[in-house]
Amino acid sequence: MQVTKGVVKALVGNHAVAYAVKQAKPQVLAVYPITPQTTMLEKLSEYVDRGELKARLIRVESEHSALASIYGAAVAGARVFTATASQGLLYMTEMLYWAGGQRVPIVAAVATRALASPWSILDDHQDFMSKRDAIWIQMMAENVQEAYDLTIQAFRISEHENVVLPVMMGFDGFILTHTMERVEVLHDSVVDSFIPPRKFNLVDFTDPVGVGPVAPPEDYIRMRFEAKKAMERSKRVIKEIFREYEDISGRPQHGLVECFMCRDADYVVVSMGAWSGDARVAVERLRERGAKVGLLKVRVFRPFPFEEVRDYLRDCKGVLVMDRAYSFGSGGILANEVKVSLYGHNVPVHSLVGGLGGMDVRPLHIQTALENLMEGKLEEERWLL
Amino acid sequence: MMFLRGNAACPGCPIPRELDALLEVTGERTVLVVPASCTTVIMGDTRGMPSKVPVIHSAFAASSAIASGVRSALDARGEKATVVVWAGDGGTGDIGFASLSGAAERNEDILYVCYDNEAYMNTGVQRSGLTPFGAWTTTTPSGKAESKKPLPKIIADHGVPYVATASIAYLFDYKDKVRKAKEMSGFRYIHLLSPCPPGWRFDAGLTVEIAKLAVETGIWPLYEIEKGKFRLTSISKVLVDKKKRKPVEEYLKLQGRFKDLKGEDVKRIQEEVDQMWEDLARM
Repeated sequence: MQVTKGVVKALVGNHAVAYAVKQAKPQVLAVYPITPQTTMLEKLSEYVDRGELKARLIRVESEHSALASIYGAAVAGARVFTATASQGLLYMTEMLYWAGGQRVPIVAAVATRALASPWSILDDHQDFMSKRDAIWIQMMAENVQEAYDLTIQAFRISEHENVVLPVMMGFDGFILTHTMERVEVLHDSVVDSFIPPRKFNLVDFTDPVGVGPVAPPEDYIRMRFEAKKAMERSKRVIKEIFREYEDISGRPQHGLVECFMCRDADYVVVSMGAWSGDARVAVERLRERGAKVGLLKVRVFRPFPFEEVRDYLRDCKGVLVMDRAYSFGSGGILANEVKVSLYGHNVPVHSLVGGLGGMDVRPLHIQTALENLMEGKLEEERWLL
Repeated sequence: MMFLRGNAACPGCPIPRELDALLEVTGERTVLVVPASCTTVIMGDTRGMPSKVPVIHSAFAASSAIASGVRSALDARGEKATVVVWAGDGGTGDIGFASLSGAAERNEDILYVCYDNEAYMNTGVQRSGLTPFGAWTTTTPSGKAESKKPLPKIIADHGVPYVATASIAYLFDYKDKVRKAKEMSGFRYIHLLSPCPPGWRFDAGLTVEIAKLAVETGIWPLYEIEKGKFRLTSISKVLVDKKKRKPVEEYLKLQGRFKDLKGEDVKRIQEEVDQMWEDLARM
């Protein structure tokens, strides 16, 4: 495909995602306001009101109904979108599993935010990570550009015939949703040819079927097995779609993970989301001093890129995983996944838990932890309080 | 026949006939949205279903929202069809109430039918907000202390184009109402009283008889509210005259769920019915 130079805009994260949604042309949207997602809903409302996005935006009375209504629309053949955060994502949970179990193509953006109680409207990843078993593909953006790119890609991935799964695109609340950055957007015609018309539809009056009925055990477990296989198949499809997007956008998309100075590194930071930018700064500073450190950024959390993580980290002397979500009684959620990836390899994995409830984490925090790791002075788990 | 016999309904259950009558009117271009309820089971499983129209199963609280989405998608595709929510009383008036109220307030173009068997029957007879005063259920072993939630009235207060009550014992009246609702657009609501032999504790051969007595005693008035205009229908038109109504006892005494009612309880039920009719007469 031909690379056509995009248009440069200055956009906050919520508006960049709304712009991507407009270009992906969903026919039905349902969104319920919640901080820090709300300005995206407001932008989408403007697009629909002005006729720039020819779609029905259902102004539902709850997040449960937001996902339920676009589920109904998706089953009946429409391309659909919703967005939420925090409590809203929790309130949607029943329908997340409903849509995942039925394997219906849906795209949802999650402006990540801490979970109550106590109340916090600020960023962490507890909401997003708590949904890791709902049979959704989960991707997370580092910056506003990536939030835009992943949103466009999410529609294509979700509806791909070898995938047919809902996709969740996470991006950090406030840190990305409300921060203005330089964003290069694609031309509408380029997006049109990148995302083919949707084929998925289960409502056919000439061949009526029941969608989501009671399943006897042998059918139920078979459907779950098929979902597992679809998740596994999706890895290849996601990588192909990333590559294709690289061609049309002229911007490197990496793969399920992004390696930054990590190929020859002895010590590697693993992170997801916006604070990967802070980790880059920490890595660059230490590299300037000659330390062999690197960053491995996880872009796709479900399906988890075990092979890539193992291949990049198996020969490391130590790994520092940055955890913005925690499984109480177990450990940092991302760290646990990294440990699973490295099963059978003798690589110490440390968890740096921080940023919960919006607690500020800076490059210096990461730099210090890395230095401590190199000196053999880092605990297996450290909380940045 | 749009809804096949040989389904999983209990003996004497009115639901298959109620559904069949609905589909006889709405036709094959109907989509049924069914939340958790007896109908989930009656609809068969992954191996096959008795319905000849598409069915979308729904989480308990979600059917009005799912139907809103189905409607929007069919509109986007330019497909003409009737989108019907087919839900029990719990899925309508309790757990599904928020999404129902939301869809009614948005005046979604859907037909909502509540088949009201006055308790959580699919889980084995537990009290709902629509269980009537005095009724035994497994969670009200000595009878429900509160009155039935007046759902048709609450929906009508949303200002929707059409609200009606109906009964399996008055099939023509029911089908007329479905026909009228089908021709209209916007949010339409039909509330069907659906006697349940195992839950109400009566012989499976008495379903229609009991449904009929509910209307004849005035406990279940048949009416419609079309664009805000209230009208009694069928036999209920003459029941404004108290003398034409049978005593509530005739309805209550056939059902095991009311067998422990005391004289004063029956008196309270009769008084509530009489008061309701005075209110109806003023509408």
